[in-house]
Amino acid sequence: MDWLHWIAFAVFIVVFVLGMSMFGIWLERRGVARLQMRPGPNRAGPLGLLQPVADAVKILLKEDIVPERGDRLLHTLAPIVAFVPALMVFAVVPFWRGEGAGLVPDMNIGLVYLVAISSISIVGAFTAGWASNNKYSLMGAMRSMAQMVSYEVPLVLSLVGVALAAGSLSLVRIVEAQSVPFILLQPLGFLVYFLAALAELNRTPFDLLEAESEIVAGYHTEYSGMKFVMFYLGEYTHTLAAAAIGATLFLGGWKGPLLPPFLWFLIKVFALFVVIFWIRGTLPRLRVDQLMAFAWKFLLPLALVNIFLVAVEMSTQSLRTLWVMVAVNIVAGVLAVYLFSRLGRVRGGRVAV
Amino acid sequence: MALRTEPIVLNMGPQHPSTHGVFRMRVTFDGEVIVGLDPVFGYLHRGFDKLAESRTYTQFIPLTDRLDYLASMSNNFGYCLAVERLAGIEVPERAEYIRVIMAEMMRISSHLMAIGFFLNDCGAFFTPLLYMYREREKLLDLFDMVSGQRLTYNYMRIGGVSHDLPPEFLPALRKFVQEMPAFIDEYDQLLAENEILLARSKGVGILPREMAINASASGPVLRASGVKWDLRKKDPYSVYPRFDFDIPTAETGDCYDRYRVKVQEMRQSLRILEQALAQIPEGPVRAEGPHLVRPPRGEVYSRIEAPKGELGFYIVSDGSVAPYRLHVRGPSFINLTALREMCLGWKLADAIAILGSIDIVMGEVDR
Repeated sequence: MDWLHWIAFAVFIVVFVLGMSMFGIWLERRGVARLQMRPGPNRAGPLGLLQPVADAVKILLKEDIVPERGDRLLHTLAPIVAFVPALMVFAVVPFWRGEGAGLVPDMNIGLVYLVAISSISIVGAFTAGWASNNKYSLMGAMRSMAQMVSYEVPLVLSLVGVALAAGSLSLVRIVEAQSVPFILLQPLGFLVYFLAALAELNRTPFDLLEAESEIVAGYHTEYSGMKFVMFYLGEYTHTLAAAAIGATLFLGGWKGPLLPPFLWFLIKVFALFVVIFWIRGTLPRLRVDQLMAFAWKFLLPLALVNIFLVAVEMSTQSLRTLWVMVAVNIVAGVLAVYLFSRLGRVRGGRVAV
Repeated sequence: MALRTEPIVLNMGPQHPSTHGVFRMRVTFDGEVIVGLDPVFGYLHRGFDKLAESRTYTQFIPLTDRLDYLASMSNNFGYCLAVERLAGIEVPERAEYIRVIMAEMMRISSHLMAIGFFLNDCGAFFTPLLYMYREREKLLDLFDMVSGQRLTYNYMRIGGVSHDLPPEFLPALRKFVQEMPAFIDEYDQLLAENEILLARSKGVGILPREMAINASASGPVLRASGVKWDLRKKDPYSVYPRFDFDIPTAETGDCYDRYRVKVQEMRQSLRILEQALAQIPEGPVRAEGPHLVRPPRGEVYSRIEAPKGELGFYIVSDGSVAPYRLHVRGPSFINLTALREMCLGWKLADAIAILGSIDIVMGEVDR
């Protein structure tokens, strides 16, 4: 019966996640429109809810163009490599407690799996840029390698704090360990995770890969039709995945009073999602060198401070009381952020030519 | 072992999201760093200077709308002023005031767009631009009230303006002048100390004072480099000497300074509008005289302070109904002179921000 469960759940996840992504697209377009004092899409369906469907139908009817001197095989493979890992992340995310909560929700190395899978999509972005035989794409690809590899480091380090505090790598155990959400216990860890995730997702202010005003559409400049949809949907699925991981690890997953656990989980995911597009509607973009400086000079030290704090607290009996930890960590987090924002500068200068 | 690398050449434009129309930059990159940059113009060339020779003086006014199409009224103003100087036509006082009001409204509108697009070029996702549109929309409604058009107004005539203001215009403008400072404060609050904007624009694309003068830059670009030069004060025309206003300048001449100077200039324009509203007299809006202007033989160079800098018209008359030769000095075009020096050594993203901060309109660059 095992394989039946897997097939059923795999189909369920694909359909459900794609539905959520489409809802996410609608939510972002409407939300950003509201931030910008315009109505947003409001013609297709009630409140424009069918807009993503209409978009998808339109795009699917478009001709699929491969650049003449591009690499045909890689050009086709790239969107698949970029899209599939985003779906695979959801395999281990526990939607609720107990049986059938996910495909393999109680995988004992869940956290490691997450990190490993989500970094595969870099390959997709880079392949796309390389195979397109376009200079804008190539620049996007170069940026993607530098950016994603750099931000992987603080991202993983911020997750180490969670694993330390929960004493497990299984996502179910981590949720169960959160008698208060870890965001209170490790505000610094959450901050680092959230910012690094924004960069991993190419979201503003770190959206250098597809910086429209600079390199047109970055690595997917030369994509159209079905392949473009893969990138587009993949981007939103990735965003949702990052929000889901954030909700699971830092916001207490399915836990919450009154409402059913599944609903709580969705609320938390979309709350994070809203914050992500809120930032997109607000901030300008960093420059390449500033982006790298931000990862190595700012996020990485903060992540190390966080690990240090949690480790000390977990190994000292007197500090292990919950509310002491919350208080100490919030104070230390604020202090660390303040100090680094005073000391560190991300501004870079002119290069002599 | 050092890796063998070579620079790549990238043609940015003429179809690129942030080259403000059909501008093209042939950029040589070493990685992301710019080591060479050649601006390429001409994709929007329509031959205005030549077209003028086969039109009467009045018939050329609609074409001036298409120079800097984000500041059509200023172009009308500059051209009419040049012809009036050549033909020795006196403009009635009310018309002078109407012209100044239009020019200052145009300056606010143009600077709003410049700031909005600059932030877009810095990577903001359209939000600042759409906020600027909100204010510009009110100005466009006012222009619509006056001329029936929203972009190319063709409102001014040689010897005045085409017709008087509608009665509802002045109250509406008064309301705008009262409300606008609060909106500028709002933008200041959101943008002036935004850490990312500072990181992206402070110290970036510095145009030193000497280079700015040598490149004969003008307008906000020149003033941001620390030169206190404004034709409304230095070579007064129309009724500008009657108004009390300051020339905002900045020190370093980087992108941030160019942005700040534009914000300050909007405040000064509001001051001028306020005074003009208090002083505007009743009376005719157009000088008496024949409709077909025949200036005497001679030549004139007349310049005004357009939103983007010194807008000059050089006209040679042979005594007939059409100019013998006409030349436009477009500030956008001249301000681009120093683009290469400003961009070298910066990164791709900076070049876009620098271009945005110079604030060009292709209609004026190519003519």
